[in-house]
Amino acid sequence: MIVTAQAINFIAALLLLVAFAMLSQRRIRALVNLFAVQGVLLTASTLLTASGTGQTHLYYSAALTLILKVFVLPLILHRLVRRLQLTGDVEMLINTATTMLVGIVLVIVAFNLALPISEFAGTITRGTLGIALACVLLAFLMMITRRKAVAQVIGFLSMENGLFFAATSITYGMPMVVELGIGLDVLVGTFVFGVFFFRIRETFDSLDIHHLERLRER
Amino acid sequence: MPILPFASQFLETLLAVLAAPLLIGWVNQCRAWLQNRSAPGLLQPYRVIRKLFRKESVLAQNASPLFRLTPYVVFGSMILAVSIVPLVATGLPLSPVADVIALVGLLAFARVFMALAAMDVGTAFGSLGARREMLVAALAEPALLMVFFMPSLIAQSTSLTTIVETLAHRPFALYPSLAFAAVAFVMVLLAENARIPIDNPATHLELTMIHEAMILEYSGRHLALMEWAHALKLVIYFTIGIALFLPWGIAEAGNWIAIPLAIVALAVKLAVGGAALAVLESVSVKLRIFRAPEFLATAFLLAVLGMLTHVLLGAGT
Repeated sequence: MIVTAQAINFIAALLLLVAFAMLSQRRIRALVNLFAVQGVLLTASTLLTASGTGQTHLYYSAALTLILKVFVLPLILHRLVRRLQLTGDVEMLINTATTMLVGIVLVIVAFNLALPISEFAGTITRGTLGIALACVLLAFLMMITRRKAVAQVIGFLSMENGLFFAATSITYGMPMVVELGIGLDVLVGTFVFGVFFFRIRETFDSLDIHHLERLRER
Repeated sequence: MPILPFASQFLETLLAVLAAPLLIGWVNQCRAWLQNRSAPGLLQPYRVIRKLFRKESVLAQNASPLFRLTPYVVFGSMILAVSIVPLVATGLPLSPVADVIALVGLLAFARVFMALAAMDVGTAFGSLGARREMLVAALAEPALLMVFFMPSLIAQSTSLTTIVETLAHRPFALYPSLAFAAVAFVMVLLAENARIPIDNPATHLELTMIHEAMILEYSGRHLALMEWAHALKLVIYFTIGIALFLPWGIAEAGNWIAIPLAIVALAVKLAVGGAALAVLESVSVKLRIFRAPEFLATAFLLAVLGMLTHVLLGAGT
């Protein structure tokens, strides 16, 4: 039991590390790969929680995570990147070092927020709530600091990862129906975003969302 | 006064000082293997040092006494630093002399002297190298201190020998914070020892040098001491890393039977570490000097994250 809890804590720490790696990553393809790594870690932690607590429905959500977040979504994103011919660096609004410092502040805020909540939880993974919350906030920060629409969508998806992790760590996961619903939502959302990317590029000749600020016709 | 602990302390320090060029030779050999070259031989650094000691030392006309003094100061502080780190046994007489914070200070002391001496002669490359070195050092030092605080928090002490004893005898536990600290420490090690992402030890192009540019004006026995001190610094960083993150196999205070085993364990760990360093250097590219702050900021960030996870997740409960 102790070993399981320690392993989950360790994976949680790795998740935080991946969240920071995504925040500092300049290349869009590497960003997609990091998203897939995040999915692998999420699957591993869910499997460990399932075997540690005997909650069988968690096995199903682990399988769902594995299929959706490790294989399907990264494949779709890779295809989108290839078809949109996005190469090279992604511009960021603030430089990396400043983003990292803001990230650290966010982690501290998340940890402080999570401490009183996790005291009420009785799960073996309650310590990881802070990290889950930090992952959500960091993904949010990534969405704010990126200019390109694809990077923002990856941030959105990784935010969902953080929320999923928070759910498993505090209550051993949401009911199956809810989880399935969210999974399908994310899948459909990615498809819709994909269509949007092409529309945005057709209209503005670029994926820079800076152009969306102007609403009137030129 | 018991003579035995002092004798063993002396022998341990002597062992480290004599073996230091061997580690450099081993890393170079591994690098040569990875690059499909024929290696220059394990003992090459010893030959270089012997050759330099035999040669005449040429000084610039306007060199001040500081310039002459620096090789001895740097070499001396490296010897002191290597005696503080527990290599094969804990609880040796010199280990309570300084804790990890003083150790960082000692390394900084040697570095400041080196930078001053580089600026002393007044050549362009010397002061360029010194400035770059201080830029890297100013960013690496806080990261290094943060790395040291994590094992100190676990062991409730900043003394290296206490940390090693606590970590080597704990029941097996996964510390997420130590994993963060280990990654950050490797990054600091690369930056501080003029290794590839920050500086290229094999470069002959003055414009990209950091460490080499600083010692460009030295020759003869002074250069030999500088090179030797540089080899010792690598040994110090390696042994600190081993002491903090892989302390198993070290001999306890007063346990004489365990010492041969501890020496073998240390040699194996250093050999593996050296090979790992060569691999790491071969797969990464040298960063532009202006990207170095980003690299070291990441190391600092990892160390801070480790500290935060230590506070949140506790000591593996």
